[in-house]
Amino acid sequence: MSRYESLVEAVGGTPLVGLPRLSPSRGVRIWAKLEDRNPTGSIKDRPALAMVAAAEADGRLRPGCTVIEPTRGNTGISLAMVCRIKGYRLICVMPENTSEERRMLLRAYGAQIISSPAAGGSNAAVAAAKLLAADHPDWVMLYQYGNPDNARAHYESTGPELLADLPTITHFVAGLGTTGTLMGVGRYLREKVPDISIIAAEPRYGELVYGLRNLDEGFVPELYDSDVLTSRFSVGPEDAVRRTRELLEVEGIFAGISTGAVLHAALGIAARADKEGRKADIAFVVADAGWKYLSTGVYGASDDEAAASGLEGQLWA
Amino acid sequence: MSVSVSVPTILRPVTKGEKTVSADGATVADLIADLNSRYNGLSDRLVKNGALHRFVNIYVNDEDVRFTGGLDTTVADGDQVTILPAVAGGSGA
Repeated sequence: MSRYESLVEAVGGTPLVGLPRLSPSRGVRIWAKLEDRNPTGSIKDRPALAMVAAAEADGRLRPGCTVIEPTRGNTGISLAMVCRIKGYRLICVMPENTSEERRMLLRAYGAQIISSPAAGGSNAAVAAAKLLAADHPDWVMLYQYGNPDNARAHYESTGPELLADLPTITHFVAGLGTTGTLMGVGRYLREKVPDISIIAAEPRYGELVYGLRNLDEGFVPELYDSDVLTSRFSVGPEDAVRRTRELLEVEGIFAGISTGAVLHAALGIAARADKEGRKADIAFVVADAGWKYLSTGVYGASDDEAAASGLEGQLWA
Repeated sequence: MSVSVSVPTILRPVTKGEKTVSADGATVADLIADLNSRYNGLSDRLVKNGALHRFVNIYVNDEDVRFTGGLDTTVADGDQVTILPAVAGGSGA
């Protein structure tokens, strides 16, 4: 069905497409879940809509409310769309070293942006948003890092869609941020598919982002449960950029940079399965498209090294 | 045999400012013990009650050791080990 009563009802139902050229063999196939095909262009439409709907249902969100959320951009943009339609005011707390396009989109949707320092990355944004929320008890923080409705959105939609489109799935690979995608899809697939592997690809940023004053300032999202995962890989900007460009050149998929990190992990798993002579159907998440990252110069750069230099100091995923 | 260990900013006061250090050992625990013999106090920062500190992640060749045997994860000559604090990093949030 492709007719909807309103935009929020058009969230989800995204295509799963094969990567015939990047898959190592006929027995080991890689599939991309195109989450950029959501209303605001990212996977975050799913948790944003689910978190707002649940908060409305239990009375936390009422007409005229102000919503505040720490975000690097995509969740903010999704919330901005939902809040625009439903009439809430939105304040996003965002690290200052995020791409200009994300800020432009948020402003276009009418969201207010409060910048948090680049040093400390999202940690600083989370801390600042928590302080602001404490100072303004009437504001509603949906708090994607600890809100079970984030993971539930993926348990109820992304997971079932994947299994319906790829009943032979053996591996699921996604980016690790709030951990909502991996927890929700991971739990669903573990219930339905014996021996499924759930693989996290975690972006590794520049040193600035890890600039804590002491280790006890560290942060693990409340949603995270390591038992859901099979393994977890750290992917640096060089590999993420190289794979983002490869995905565009070889398969024609114009994806955001975090997708390059996820594809890097997927290709590693595919190569291992192929070498061991095992069959595999590996699904990975394209969290968003490349539009919001054009200003980094990653897509037009003459080579991968020049492309990676465009990400220096940025929160690229 | 020697393994290269990348040290995050927050731990460099312990490693005398070194960003990358070499360590010997057959497991991650061995590497930490070896490093602690030269950089006293490093072990206490990384390990609490026999397990990795909640906010410390260690990767061997980019794979999180919590999924490969924890401190008992084996290492081989030429492996790359990365230590990072756990932050609200992540993908697309």
